[in-house]
Amino acid sequence: MSEKFEPTIIGFTCNWCSYRAADLAGTARVKYPPNVRLVRLMCSGRMDPTFVMKALAGGADGVMITGCHPGECHYIDQNYKALRRFLLLRRTLAGLGIEAGRVKLVWASAAEGVHLAEEITKLVEEIRALGPLNWPKWDEQAEHQPEPALEVAA
Amino acid sequence: MSKPKFAMYWAASCGGCEIAVLNTHETILDVDANFDVVFWPVAMDAKYQDVEAMEDKSILLTLWNGGIRTEENEHLAHLLRRKSQILVAFGSCATEGCIPGLANLSSVDDIFATAYHTVSTVNPDNIHPQPVFRVPEGELTIPAMKPVLKTLAQVVDVDYYMPGCPPESHQIAAVINLVIQVLQGKAELPPKGAVIGAGNSTVCDECKRKRDVKHITAFHRIQEVAPLDPELCILEQGVPCNGPATRSGCNARCPSVGAQCIGCYGPAEGVLDYGARLITSFASVIDATEPAEIERILDGIPDPTGQFYRFNLADSLLRASTKAWKK
Amino acid sequence: MTQRITIDPITRLEGHGKIDIFLDDKGDVANSYFQIPELRGFERFCVGRPVEEMPLLTNRICGVCPEAHHMAAAKAADAVYHVDPPRTAKLLRELLYMAFYATDHTTHFYALGGPDFIVGPDAPVAERNILGVIHKVGLEIGGKVIQMRKYGHNTVEIIGGRKVHPATSIPGGITKILSEEERKNIEEMGRWAIDFALFSIQAFKDIVLANKTYLDLIVGDVYTHKTYYMGLVDANNKVNFYDGKVRVVDPEGKEFCKYAPHEYLDHIAERVEPWTYLKFPYLKNVGWKGFTDGKDSGVYMATPLSRLNASDGMATPRAQEAYEEMYATLGGKPVHQRLAIHWARLVELLYAAEHWVELATDPEITSPNVHTVPTEKPTEGVGIVEAPRGTLTHHYTTDERGILTKVNLIVGTTNNYAPIQMSTNKAARNLIKGGKVNEGLLNMVEMAFRAYDPCFGCATHSLPGQMPLEVKIHDKDGQVVDVIKQFVD
Ligand code: SF4
Ligand code: SF4
Ligand code: SF4
Ligand code: FES
Repeated sequence: MSEKFEPTIIGFTCNWCSYRAADLAGTARVKYPPNVRLVRLMCSGRMDPTFVMKALAGGADGVMITGCHPGECHYIDQNYKALRRFLLLRRTLAGLGIEAGRVKLVWASAAEGVHLAEEITKLVEEIRALGPLNWPKWDEQAEHQPEPALEVAA
Repeated sequence: MSKPKFAMYWAASCGGCEIAVLNTHETILDVDANFDVVFWPVAMDAKYQDVEAMEDKSILLTLWNGGIRTEENEHLAHLLRRKSQILVAFGSCATEGCIPGLANLSSVDDIFATAYHTVSTVNPDNIHPQPVFRVPEGELTIPAMKPVLKTLAQVVDVDYYMPGCPPESHQIAAVINLVIQVLQGKAELPPKGAVIGAGNSTVCDECKRKRDVKHITAFHRIQEVAPLDPELCILEQGVPCNGPATRSGCNARCPSVGAQCIGCYGPAEGVLDYGARLITSFASVIDATEPAEIERILDGIPDPTGQFYRFNLADSLLRASTKAWKK
Repeated sequence: MTQRITIDPITRLEGHGKIDIFLDDKGDVANSYFQIPELRGFERFCVGRPVEEMPLLTNRICGVCPEAHHMAAAKAADAVYHVDPPRTAKLLRELLYMAFYATDHTTHFYALGGPDFIVGPDAPVAERNILGVIHKVGLEIGGKVIQMRKYGHNTVEIIGGRKVHPATSIPGGITKILSEEERKNIEEMGRWAIDFALFSIQAFKDIVLANKTYLDLIVGDVYTHKTYYMGLVDANNKVNFYDGKVRVVDPEGKEFCKYAPHEYLDHIAERVEPWTYLKFPYLKNVGWKGFTDGKDSGVYMATPLSRLNASDGMATPRAQEAYEEMYATLGGKPVHQRLAIHWARLVELLYAAEHWVELATDPEITSPNVHTVPTEKPTEGVGIVEAPRGTLTHHYTTDERGILTKVNLIVGTTNNYAPIQMSTNKAARNLIKGGKVNEGLLNMVEMAFRAYDPCFGCATHSLPGQMPLEVKIHDKDGQVVDVIKQFVD
C-alpha cells in the first residue's frame, strides 16, 4: 500500500439540512473529496447505532453522521437523541478498539454547504491518518453451506 | 419401530446448560421414554467414533451447548451437523458466545500472557502450553485455540436457537414436550431458524416493575444505591438494566430479586445488534442535551462495551475487538 | 520400545481431558500425563470490567458450582471496597451456599461417586450407575435424591433469583430481602435435608462399611498419598465453607500454616507445564518437587477429606459425631486414603444441612438490612470460599473507580490437579505390568479420579466424576493393537 490510502466513509445525513447542504456544495462546486457515500435519513434521530456497526463491519473506514443544528431539528428534538446515541456509541466502539476519530457527528444546516465540505475534507484526512480499518469479513469466511430446508417426517 | 435418536453435546461451555436440563427432573424421563439417547456425555457414554459410524441424519434431535473455541469443538460441530436432522443451538454460549465470548476482546497471545503470568504463577522460563510437546517418553498434543470464539451458527447451519444462560428449566421442558408432540403428530415444528423456548418480546415486557418514563440525570452502580426501590424500574432508578433489549422468557427473574437484567436471554426479536439496541435504549432515558452534561452522565457507565455486549459479543455485527484480530 | 496408551476422554467425550500413559521396554509404566485441553481466559477478559460484575461473570466459569464463584467473587469485591456487609447479608449468602453444598454433595455421592461403593467396584459396569444404586438400596431412594436436588435448587433460587448462576450478591451485601414465608419454606426444606443426610450416612455404613472388600479398598494403598491438606476453618478451627482462614496441615496432620485470604500469595504458587492448559498450584514455602508426595513436596489436596483433615472438627453437633466416627474407623487423623473422600463428603452433607437450618432460623435472616453502601476507595481484595471441590480464591485489583486491572483465580479443582495426576499415575503403575492392561485398570483409574470429584468445568467443562474411559494401546509403530472401552450408561 504505497499508494495513498483512500478511506471509505459512510455518511448518514439528515434529509432536511445536511443532505441539502451537500447538494448545495455540489451545485456550488465547492470541492470536497469523493470518499463519503451519503445515505439519506429523514432525520438524524433515525440514525440507529446498528447502521454504524453495519457500515464498519461491512468495510467502511469511518462514519459521518450529520443533522440539523441543535434546536433546528424538523422533528423538534430528535437530533439531541442522535447526540446522546452518538456519544454512547463512540464510547462503546472504543472498547472494541475503534478510534474515536473514525465516527463523527456534524451539525450543518441546509445553507452550510461550505462548512460541510470542510468537515468532510477534515474527516477524510483524519481517517487517512488513522489508516484503513479493514474489519474482517466474517460472513465471507463462513465455513458452512446452508442445509436444505427441514423435512423432518417425524 | 425404533425410537428416534437424541443427542446432547457441550463444547466450550460451563456445564450449567446440562445442569438446567437435569433440573427439568421428570421431563428427563420423558426424553428417555420417547427417544433413543445415542449420545449424551452427561447421562450416558458413547464415543466419538460411535457417532462417526452412524448414518448421516440418523439423529433426529441434537442439542448443542457451548461456543466454538478450539479446533476440536469445530470438528465436533461439523460431525454432529452431518449426523443430525435437527440441530439446536442450546443456551447462550451456543447461540451468542455468552460470557466466554468476551474473550473476543483480547488476542489468544494476550490471554496466554495473562493466564500464565498471574501474580501467583511462578514461570521464570516463560512457559506456555504448546499444541504439540515432546516429553521424554513421547509426544503430547492438546488442541490449538482459535483466534476468536464463534457461535455454533457461525460454523455450521443451525435449525433452532434456544437462548438463556442457562435456558430456564420450564422452557426446556416445554421444548422437549413440543418435540414429543411433533413425534406423535399432535403439533408441528416451528419454521427453520426460529428461536424456541423463549418469548417474542423483551424482559421489560415481563417485568413487574413500574415505568413512568422518568428521565435520569445520573447512572449509578448497583452497590452505590442498593437496596433499590422494589417497585420502580431499575433503569429509571439510574442503574443499568439490560431488560429493554433482552428477549423475554425468564419472567424477568433478576429484576424480581432486586438485581439488574444482565441480558442472558440475548437480543429480543428483530434486534440485529444487541449492543446497538441498548445504546438506543440507554440514550433515550438520559435527560440532557448539552454534550458535556451527557458525557458526565455517561461516565456513570464505566464499561459500556462490557455492559452492552456481555453475552452477545461473539454474535454482534463486529464480533471481536481489533485487539483480537488485528495483525 | 515405548508403547503409548491414551485414555480418552476424561469428560466422557473427546477432547475435554485425557490421560496418556507411556510404557517402557518391559511394558511397565514409564510415565503418565493427564492433560486439560482448554483455556477460556477469564483472567484476561474480566480486566476492564466493573468489579461488581464479577459475581455474575465468574459464575459462568462453572455451571456445576456457580454458587462458589458467586460467593468468592462477592467476598473479593467486598474486600476491594473494604466494606463489611451487614450480618443478614452474610447469613443469606451462606444459607444459599449451604443449600448448594447439600445439593452438590448429593449429586456426587449418589449419581457419580457413590455407585462405585454402593453397587460395588466389582459389579458389571452397566450396573455401576444411579440406577444400580436404586436397585441396591431401593426405589425410594431415587425419589429422595431428586427431592434433595429440588429443595437445594429451590432454596438457591429463592435467595439467588436463579437456580443456575445466582444473581443477587453485590459488593457490600445482597439485593434480596427474605420474606417470612420464604424463610419458613426454606427452613422446612432444610429440616428434610438433615434427615436425608442422616439417611445417607446410614446407607453408607450399612452398605459400604459393613462390607470388608469395600473397606479394604478404602484403607488400601493404591489410592494413598501422604500430602498436605487444605481447608477453610472458623475461629475454632472448625470446618467452614463460606468464611474464615485457610489452614494447611502437613502429612502428619500438624498445622503447617494458617492464612487469611489476603495473605494467600505468601503461601500458594502455581506452576505452568507446556503440555496442558491448566496450572499446578503448590505450597510456596515447601516448593515444587514434581508429582510426588511426602513432606518435602509442596503438593497439597483440597477436597472434603482435606477440609476435615485440616480442621479440628465440625461446627454442628451431628456432623461432629459423624466426623469422630469416621476418624475412629479409619485410624485417626489425617486420613490419606483418597477413597475416604466419599465418606468425608457425607459428613459435610450433614453439616451443610444442619447449618442450613441454623441459618434459616436465625432471627435476623429476614431483616431488610441486607446491604452496606461502600464508601471507601476500591483498591485490591481477595475472597476465599470452599468450593465443594476445593479452596477457591479470587483476587482482584481495581483502579479508583472499581474497574478491574488485575484478576487472579485459583479454582477448586485446580488445587487437586497435581494429586489427581499422581493418583492416576499410581493406579496405572499398579495395574499395568509387563504390557498387560485390562479393564481393571480402567475401573481403578476412574475411581481414583472420581474420588476427587474433579470438575474441570473450572478449567474446561466436565461434570464431576463420571468418566467413561477408553484405552488405546499403540505398538511401537503407532498402530492401534488394542482398544478397551468402558461404557457407563
Ligand atoms: S449458556 Fe450459560 S449455563 Fe449454558 S453453558 Fe454457557 S455459560 Fe453455562
Ligand atoms: S429496564 Fe429492567 S427493571 Fe426496568 S422494566 Fe426493563 S427489565 Fe424491568
Ligand atoms: S432477567 Fe435478564 S439476566 Fe436475568 S434471567 Fe432474565 S434474561 Fe437473564
Ligand atoms: S430533521 Fe435534521 S436532525 Fe432532525
